[in-house]
Amino acid sequence: MYPRSFEYTVAKSVDEACALLAQHGDNARVLAGGQSLIPLMKLRLASPNYIIDIGNIAGLDGITEHGGELRIGALATHSAVLDHQTVRQRWPLIADAVGVIADPQVRNWGTVGGALAEADPAGDWGAVAMALNARVRCLSPRGERFIDAESLFVDAYTTKLAGDELIVEVIFPAPRQARAGAYLKLERRAGDFAVISVGVQLALSERDVCEDARIALAAAGLTPILARRANEFLTGMQLNATAIDEAAQLVAASSEPLADIRGSEPYKRSAAAELFRDALDLARKRSHGEEALAGHVR
Amino acid sequence: MSDKKRIKVTINGKEYEHDVVPRLLLVDYLRDYAGLLGTHYGCDTTSCGACTVIIDGRSAKSCTRFTVQVDGRELLTVEGLARDGELHALQQAFREEHALQCGFCTSGMLMSAYDLLSKNRQPSEAEIKRGIAGNLCRCTGYLSIVAAVRNAAQKMQSKDSPS
Repeated sequence: MYPRSFEYTVAKSVDEACALLAQHGDNARVLAGGQSLIPLMKLRLASPNYIIDIGNIAGLDGITEHGGELRIGALATHSAVLDHQTVRQRWPLIADAVGVIADPQVRNWGTVGGALAEADPAGDWGAVAMALNARVRCLSPRGERFIDAESLFVDAYTTKLAGDELIVEVIFPAPRQARAGAYLKLERRAGDFAVISVGVQLALSERDVCEDARIALAAAGLTPILARRANEFLTGMQLNATAIDEAAQLVAASSEPLADIRGSEPYKRSAAAELFRDALDLARKRSHGEEALAGHVR
Repeated sequence: MSDKKRIKVTINGKEYEHDVVPRLLLVDYLRDYAGLLGTHYGCDTTSCGACTVIIDGRSAKSCTRFTVQVDGRELLTVEGLARDGELHALQQAFREEHALQCGFCTSGMLMSAYDLLSKNRQPSEAEIKRGIAGNLCRCTGYLSIVAAVRNAAQKMQSKDSPS
């Protein structure tokens, strides 16, 4: 399969990339790792006339933690995040999620910023960013602005980014409780798009009273979904069986899955509830300092 | 039509230079321009991994990469594994463990296993399975491939050389 012909330009800086985007408008697309864009172009679901390759711009792939806050550069690959010791030790929700993104070859080249900007409904980074209350730093010819992950996504494959704006960094604030997170994906086979994915980040007291909970879903609608009602319900609750049952129902109700080859709407809703229970259990164990591994295939 | 771009690339230690259209996929460049037919064209949809090569030390599916993106980079394909007529430990292990039947997936499997062993010299069985999760094999049922990667890791350990 071959995409339509296009003009190809290597951007050497963010400024240059933004200027080229401003010049070519909707006819241009940004190429970073290309692991979503190239398949879309080969299927001719995307047929840009201009490709602006930002993959070689220096300094956009850093991963740093400072004062508990984690910053991931837009060009950091999923593999780089997965292999990062700080992420593995202190950000289990992120480590779980990148570990189940596609396969090693795709993780080696696909980028965090690219995945967020692509806004694939089944993409994991949107739900990860929402569960961790992250924001993205963006640059355009008009300067810098920050967008909360919660409000970044408008529709399938559509974000709030302007046509000449680039995500340059994702900023994850220090969680109230480090390590108290988990992310699980239900997939039919290794590397497939998710049937449904659930991320859970908690802050628990010693007696398992939930001081804060953020639950977000991927592949559960046209955009990543923050399960607001479940989050509000759990805050202040003792995490007992009744509360978890109620929260699982709220998570299922917040999902808006579409029936497709991966399952019917009711199936996906119940999968969201069950996956939430498992993710909550993992996050709770980790909050108590237990080493709990998320299964690759469930 | 789009203008051709001049690209220079090092493949298995040898330099190549060609004018290519931007949409030329790397898998086609390797097969049709560089004449390296070991890299196989499988699903063409980023699923099967038969076209896996190493770009600057990282495995990649060459059906999902434009040739212009690898300008100035260093590639390793299955043809670059054997040295001086001697099979690479991975190739030898695949042979010993009968890790191929039809052989179509083999070059991609070898390159994914190469990527894995270059980062993790003693992978567990689970890590091996995760390492080849981007490669499909329709013949073997994978067990012999997993055994071969384990065997190769041992060979490379005793040889103490990653190449």
